[in-house]
Amino acid sequence: MPKGKARNKFQQARWEEPIIHELSNKGVRGLIPPRVEAEIQATTGKVLDNLKTMRREEAPELPEVSQKTVLSHWLRLSQETMGSNIGNDISEGTCTMKYNPRINEEFASNPLFTDLHPMQDEDTVQGMLEIYYKFQNFMKEVSGLDHCSLQPGGGNHAVYTAASMIRQYWSDRGALDTRDEIITTIFSHPSDAATPATAGFKIITIYPDENGIPDIEAIRAAASERTAAIFMTNPEDIGIYNPRVDEVVKIIHDVGGLCFYDQANANAFLGVARAREAGFDMCHFNVHKTFGTPHGCSGPGTGAFCCLDRMYPYMPVPVVDFDNEKYFLNYDIPKTIGHVRDYAGVSGVVLKAYAWVMSMGHDYMRQAADVSVINNNYLEKQILQIKGITSAFQDNGITRQEQVRYSFEKLKEDTDVGTDDVNARIVDFGLPSYWTSHHPWVIPEPMTLEPCETYSLDDLNEYVDVLRKVVDEAYSDPELLKTAPHASSSHRRNKPEELDDPDKWALTWRAYQRKHLSN
Amino acid sequence: MIQKIGLIINPVAGIGGSVGLKGSDGEEIQKKAIALGAVKKANIRAETALKELIPFQDEIELFTYPGDMGETICNKLGFKVKVLGDAAKEKTTAEDTKLAAADMREQAVDIILFAGGDGTARDIYTAVGNNTLVLGIPAGVKIHSGVYALNPRSAGKLIALMIQNDTFETQEAEVMDIDEDAFRRGIVTAKLYGYLKVPYAKHYVQNMKSGGVAGEKLTLERITHYIITTMLEDVLYIVGPGTTTRGIAEELGYDNTLLGVDLIYNKKVIKNDANEKDVLSSLERHPHAKIIVTVIGGQNYIFGRGNQQISAEVIKRVGKENIIIISTQDKLNINFNVPLIVDTGSPEVDDYLKGYYRIVVGYEDMIMYKVGNYDD
Amino acid sequence: MSKKFVHPYIPNGAPELMEQMLKELNISSSEDIFKEIPKHLRFQGRMNIPEPKLSEYELKRHVEGILKKNQTTSDNLSFLGGGTWDHYVPAVCDTIGQRDEFLSAYVGDAYSDHGKYQALFESSSMIGDLLKMEAVSTPTYDWANAIGIAARMASRINGRKEVLVAGSMSPSRFSVINNYLKPEISLIKIAFDKTTGLMDLDDLKRKLSDKTSSVYFENPTYFGPVEHQGEKIAEMAHAVGAEVIAGVDPSSLGVMKAPSDYGVDICVGDLQPLGIHMQYGGGLSGYIASRDEEKYVAEYPTLLFGVTSTLQEGEYGFGHVFYERTSYASREKGKDFIGTTTSLFGIIAGVYLALMGPEGMRELGEGIMQRVAYAVEQIDAIPNVKVLYKDNFFKEFVIDFNETGKTVETIHKALKTMGIFGGIDLSCSRQFPEMGEAAIYAITEKMTKEDIDRLVTALRKVC
Repeated sequence: MPKGKARNKFQQARWEEPIIHELSNKGVRGLIPPRVEAEIQATTGKVLDNLKTMRREEAPELPEVSQKTVLSHWLRLSQETMGSNIGNDISEGTCTMKYNPRINEEFASNPLFTDLHPMQDEDTVQGMLEIYYKFQNFMKEVSGLDHCSLQPGGGNHAVYTAASMIRQYWSDRGALDTRDEIITTIFSHPSDAATPATAGFKIITIYPDENGIPDIEAIRAAASERTAAIFMTNPEDIGIYNPRVDEVVKIIHDVGGLCFYDQANANAFLGVARAREAGFDMCHFNVHKTFGTPHGCSGPGTGAFCCLDRMYPYMPVPVVDFDNEKYFLNYDIPKTIGHVRDYAGVSGVVLKAYAWVMSMGHDYMRQAADVSVINNNYLEKQILQIKGITSAFQDNGITRQEQVRYSFEKLKEDTDVGTDDVNARIVDFGLPSYWTSHHPWVIPEPMTLEPCETYSLDDLNEYVDVLRKVVDEAYSDPELLKTAPHASSSHRRNKPEELDDPDKWALTWRAYQRKHLSN
Repeated sequence: MIQKIGLIINPVAGIGGSVGLKGSDGEEIQKKAIALGAVKKANIRAETALKELIPFQDEIELFTYPGDMGETICNKLGFKVKVLGDAAKEKTTAEDTKLAAADMREQAVDIILFAGGDGTARDIYTAVGNNTLVLGIPAGVKIHSGVYALNPRSAGKLIALMIQNDTFETQEAEVMDIDEDAFRRGIVTAKLYGYLKVPYAKHYVQNMKSGGVAGEKLTLERITHYIITTMLEDVLYIVGPGTTTRGIAEELGYDNTLLGVDLIYNKKVIKNDANEKDVLSSLERHPHAKIIVTVIGGQNYIFGRGNQQISAEVIKRVGKENIIIISTQDKLNINFNVPLIVDTGSPEVDDYLKGYYRIVVGYEDMIMYKVGNYDD
Repeated sequence: MSKKFVHPYIPNGAPELMEQMLKELNISSSEDIFKEIPKHLRFQGRMNIPEPKLSEYELKRHVEGILKKNQTTSDNLSFLGGGTWDHYVPAVCDTIGQRDEFLSAYVGDAYSDHGKYQALFESSSMIGDLLKMEAVSTPTYDWANAIGIAARMASRINGRKEVLVAGSMSPSRFSVINNYLKPEISLIKIAFDKTTGLMDLDDLKRKLSDKTSSVYFENPTYFGPVEHQGEKIAEMAHAVGAEVIAGVDPSSLGVMKAPSDYGVDICVGDLQPLGIHMQYGGGLSGYIASRDEEKYVAEYPTLLFGVTSTLQEGEYGFGHVFYERTSYASREKGKDFIGTTTSLFGIIAGVYLALMGPEGMRELGEGIMQRVAYAVEQIDAIPNVKVLYKDNFFKEFVIDFNETGKTVETIHKALKTMGIFGGIDLSCSRQFPEMGEAAIYAITEKMTKEDIDRLVTALRKVC
């Protein structure tokens, strides 16, 4: 197997694994729950009768399978999944698919952590609270802002927290009726538009100028005494750093609005550029991206929400605090928006991220930023030499930072093979599906790659080699791509439209049986 | 699912374009075009589209008209086809297109696939209204109407998908045309003729993730709902034509003229199909006014195409701050770095209109967009 | 000094590799890339972050040193519940939850992550089996988030803006939805009956109207009693055209009636009891389910995974159902918003349900109820101590300490010295201070008779 080359004979596990219900045999058991002592049984009698009308008449139709069947079934399913710790996951741009250190999983499996109830006395969870408190401080260092809450369960949840706090801020000033507009940009993450809309705001979207940077004149035209806040990502998901971001902040502040900085793409800017210097009032980090914790097939994650003093009165409770003797949960925030999630936060993610920062320290976090941008520029240089691939705003003379949004528009014109086909085909070489783009696809036939510090030169070269091969195939044998994948755990969906058809879609085995197997 | 397909080719469509004639309507022009060495491209384009249907030839019933209007190309590709109409003619006219469309409707075809330009779309509209599903293979010089697939191949692919799938969505698309004589003299008088029913292509991309923003119908409902809930009392609303603005009439429960300008006051229509004079005299009575327009056709125009009744004078009186532009986001994403275009006939007003506007693209949902000229 | 090591997490930090790359790019350092960031936007200082613990062992010593400051529910006897419970986590759940494939996958399509899709589809299927519902979403952040989503779904369905909720619901869950429903939807509490702890149906009747969008209640209730009136509540809500939302503890469903059998339209709850460690509250994972009707499915903001066919005859494929609903597809035009939630926990819950099967879930439920019945009987016999809302519990119950003349705080402090964590203190200002000195005690299948007796002995001593 040559180093840094495509895996031409890759074959993903293909177990033809039935649905768990199909493996059921009546009477088979997977686990016996702890049994009740005879003395208790003797005195309590038929408790189920107490349920009266709420008693379940017939047992739930769960599968009946042995423990080995359960274990092997899910092990097989795991083998049919390309986790980033196994694969070369440069693929999932905007997601920062770092190595998730095993030692951190060990910490999270430690009973000194797993067996903590969130309502325990603060005295009994001082270790846990210390980790929360110190990690909050790390986030303040990385952002330069004054306060941090780790309660949000993910990045979007943190952005939603910002939207809720902004609503509370204006409501507190009696101005919610007149401050009802949120400005955002089309290449910002969808949550920057969707969460303020959920919180009840009107949304005004800014399109890019000819260089791919949010049109500052459009922002100026949009800003008014109705502006509640701006929500913007920087760099946006196309990898271009907005050099006038502080001017944008000034435009919004000048009309009295607030500024929220989506730092989902912060990995390449650790210790390099912060929300503070750019003038923002609030920001957030995706802890599960930037701070090395696993993505878990889409969670559990954590959004670290940070803000300046002026926003503190509206923060969610509790915030973890320290009185120089002990750590405690601070509920004393009078104008708080309340909880955004039950309890202090997704503690496992906080614990792992704390350990990641402790392993990196200042210097290696800074190095992660350096290596990420160098990796990205190296990858970009190789990929743009491949026929049929261009990048968004390619010749604007701006050096890309941590990621690039590529386009297969040319390839599509030449061969009718588009990004979905390429994406299905790279799997045949052992690469995970890549991130195309959020919608709308302003950049046609997109592919967004983010080669963060985790990836070695060999990984980068392998990725380029696969893309080169796949593009060659598109020109020579487009059908191969249009019917891909061929070496994956499953084949191409042949009736994708059924997933949008209420008579055909099936979210559960029960629905599938009724709609597809009953006749 | 579709099974019966009608095919109409306007053999002379597009013939004027290649020799710089800005259209191909009328016999004289076609003669002139041929004299200038123009090629009949419509058949080649139809062939590209039809090739996509070859794998399904046993599942479909194909209807067409004689000779260059479809028969020739069907035979060339080996399709079994039922030829309607009289014998093949040397020269076909707009009447033949209309006859063909009417015959196909008679045969109750599931869809009419036609190759042509804006003139052809107009003829088909005249013959079948919006009762029969149609899809255009772009082959004309003027492609302002929204009834065409992106290119001939995608037209064929879309039909192929419709053959294979049980359900599909439809939408109404604008039939626009400009007066060619005037156009050749440098005057553009685009007119909106009506709406044809076309398949909603968004639904048929291979992977749903390649889709766009929320479904067209829902988006239009949201835009309409927003416009109506924010309508002010005692303000005159001058509502231009277009599918997007038509929803406002439907929601307010009045018959709009479909293609003209309506005047609304306190949520009641006070004048249907108003001309410029009507608008100006209404403005005398109700000086507080707002203009609601949409992006018409595929070329980003908001003034000067199909809504000339809202003249430079009207715009001057109402004021640019009172212009409400509505559009589905899809229409704009296609040309995201091309400004919206105005052509009011008055360079002074065109200049005045330049700048950023909040385009309403949903409920409480706007995008900032530049209005300018093609030169900008 | 720390820089002389190549960090194990940064392969291209190796000088030779870095040099090769810089040479290829014809640049001298990352500064040639960061030049795009204007000077005044650059951070000139140094982050106050500790020196790295570069050796893994050093890191382990450090982190475990902090964790040792914790006291756990395994080293103590804990009666804490109320939303996170100390259930037994089977070994297979841990094995699967720690697989790197599941642990570190993210948003890849089914072509690279077929197993992830199938696993989450199966979890939804089994949750659907418990609930007797056919539409089940991928997990939400937590139970509270699921309630908020369900209430907003209902509001979009019927266009109404008033949500009635059980006055006994968890205050922190209430706090979450109170924020989540703003600004348009208002939240009104229905009183609970002081003798039964159940919903006061007269109050419900008074507050129901044609403005009511949905009615939310929990079953079992936050205080522990089973809400027997579920069917009646549903009937009353439906009569005014409102949707019925119930928050149901899935660990009860081996013995308790499926919510769809008593008229619930949208069912929500938390998967934490199903094989997920408590993790100081980090183990939450909400579920949300409904009937499989377009009117409901179209309103889910979450990712929905569906089974479908592929080019290979007889093979299962998976994909997103009705993806355009989501904010990923439609930004602000989507339904609410979606993001990274708690999928891994959703997978673990599926493993748990398959291990337990119908018989395991029944035994679990019955066993918990028997232990609770025993505990209630014993505790109620303690002088000055009584159990409220009797004979009607699943795994929690309220102990009323008012007659002891002592505060819950004092009692719990004393219990702690005996290695016992008392339940949730309702006298706290954020709970139900109007109930005076009372606390919610939870008992799971992990408790033995000896454990319960130990509590009883301790309470007798303290109270």
